[in-house]
Amino acid sequence: MSTNKVQIALVLPDLLGTYGDFGNAVVLEKRMTWRGIPAEIVNIRFGEPVPNSCDIYVVGGGEDTAQTLAVRHLRDHPGMQHAAARGAVILGVCAGIQIFGESFTRADQVTHPGLGLIDSTSHAGGSRAIGEVIATAAGGLFEGLLTGFENHQGRTVLGPSARPLAHVKVGTGNDGSVEGAVQGRILCTYLHGPVLPRNPQIADLLIEWATGTKPAPLDLPAVTRLRTERAKSAGVPL
Amino acid sequence: MPNTPGADPARLPLRTAAAVRLGNMSSKLSQKMGLGAGGMIGGRVALRLDPQALAHLTSGRQVALVTGTNGKTTSTMMLSRAMSFLGEVATNHGGANMPDGHVTALSKQPDAPYAVLEVDEGYFPEVVRAASPAVAVLLNLSRDQLDRVGEVRTIEKSLRTALTSVTGVVVANCDDIMVTSAARDSAKVVWVATGTGWHNDAASCPRCGDPIRWEGEHWHCTGCDLARPRPDWVTGDGYLVAPNSQKVELSLRLPGKFNQANAVMATAAAAALGVPIEEAVQRLRAVSNVAGRYRTIQRSGHRARLLLSKNPAGWSETLTVVREADHPAVLVINAQEADGRDLSWLWDVPFERLRGRQVIASGERATDLAVRLTYAEVEHTIVPDPLLAIDAMPPGPVEVIANYTAFRDLNARAAQ
Ligand SMILES: [Zn+2]
Repeated sequence: MSTNKVQIALVLPDLLGTYGDFGNAVVLEKRMTWRGIPAEIVNIRFGEPVPNSCDIYVVGGGEDTAQTLAVRHLRDHPGMQHAAARGAVILGVCAGIQIFGESFTRADQVTHPGLGLIDSTSHAGGSRAIGEVIATAAGGLFEGLLTGFENHQGRTVLGPSARPLAHVKVGTGNDGSVEGAVQGRILCTYLHGPVLPRNPQIADLLIEWATGTKPAPLDLPAVTRLRTERAKSAGVPL
Repeated sequence: MPNTPGADPARLPLRTAAAVRLGNMSSKLSQKMGLGAGGMIGGRVALRLDPQALAHLTSGRQVALVTGTNGKTTSTMMLSRAMSFLGEVATNHGGANMPDGHVTALSKQPDAPYAVLEVDEGYFPEVVRAASPAVAVLLNLSRDQLDRVGEVRTIEKSLRTALTSVTGVVVANCDDIMVTSAARDSAKVVWVATGTGWHNDAASCPRCGDPIRWEGEHWHCTGCDLARPRPDWVTGDGYLVAPNSQKVELSLRLPGKFNQANAVMATAAAAALGVPIEEAVQRLRAVSNVAGRYRTIQRSGHRARLLLSKNPAGWSETLTVVREADHPAVLVINAQEADGRDLSWLWDVPFERLRGRQVIASGERATDLAVRLTYAEVEHTIVPDPLLAIDAMPPGPVEVIANYTAFRDLNARAAQ
């Protein structure tokens, strides 16, 4: 770490920023600074090298073309993979879950190699999964429900080294049954919303991983209200 | 004035003429029955009876098409005003921008020798084929509703293909990478430097995928020869510079840099059809309210200005407009089908700019907005009903910014 601030790398927001993914970085930054933990967002743009020195990497969603370009860029500049090897925290959303795996197969049946960060493969499903998702924590990883919005055609199969993030109650997630993946300090999900504004407990889990300390409680009434509203709209009382 | 034959209904093929008559009848009927403005119903009936109705209704007219993600309705109105210098102009006011809306608009003014049509990006290729436009105006391309419209790159490619078949003039925004790529292969392009463009979706070249580099206002691809073309028209702060270096003050009644860009695009398009620049600008200066947008309503001691913003690029522009004064702001967000149900895009809007201002989060999804404002460190309260939100503000001017269905509903309620 080159500074005493927790550095949050927003990875290729100009390619993988389709689903308000900036929001995930902002939530991490604010939830740390409001608690007196200095933090800053580092934008890593397309065409620029990826540093291996950041504490948290946030990778967002993008369409097929952008996803292909992003994988190429992250292979050419493997800073994030090096950081992962030394235990940096990584959040992968939507396209993130696909490119972090061993491979992903598109609707045209062409298989692309992934970054190999998590033990999973992804392929295009028959139909596009669009709508509100409600899921419960797998293995007691976090408290309360996981809520978000999904819009993807991918289906993801986890290998033995990865475990699911949550069990789906409403929506599709990886396969209609489980949602997301966790392997070491890498956490992936199909959920937008973005996911961290909707799920502060996941944001705080990533902060705990990055800082080694469970952060103090932080009550934001608007967030509580939003979680209740979204769960209600999906037909599940929070 | 150029001598252009009108679309005499007597010269329409029988089937089209009959379809148009029936369509107009159902349009009036639907208005009478209170089924809406009748903007599309008539066209839908006519198109079902005669699928070639649009081709027949545009034949013999000089047609200008306007497309892009933001500013279509305003630019269409501006261009139709400017072209009124040449003669009667048929146009689809109010955003009915798919072929049924075009058929309705054209059948209402069968004798108008000119037509200006706002066209949804997705329907642009189809409308180009039917209408053989004399001018096609390409404003900008950015992400719209996430779960509804195809990706920007797909739209760029389909516009590119459609524009190569246009024999008329293509008026294109050279500060927008996607637009430049879409227009560059056309036979006759007039480039307009608008000073506006949403770069967040265009980091990689739409042609080869390599990174785009910006140097001031100039941009170029690092992998191929796609680069910002030399502009023919330039948008300045409150003025335009024409291809002959003539500088003309805009003095618009509509606010913001974005509307200046719309005005210069409209002027360049009108000039391509023979309208003198001064005549064009003079006519679009008078535009003060576009389908309810930008109008001010008086309510409970408030003067509330109604602003529509549908996507991150639009919101970003509008937040720049409201920056001109420090008035309280009511922000209204819905997430119905027409708005896009995924509100992730709220996080791409720089709401941080509203820090220090009095703000109310409103609309059906006021709470999603409240969370966004919380993390933007913008103090706010939540009042889901937008009219009550206006009432809750201190008397005086209020800026009301709403997304699509929120704006539509608010506009209708305010009119009552
Ligand atoms: Zn290129």
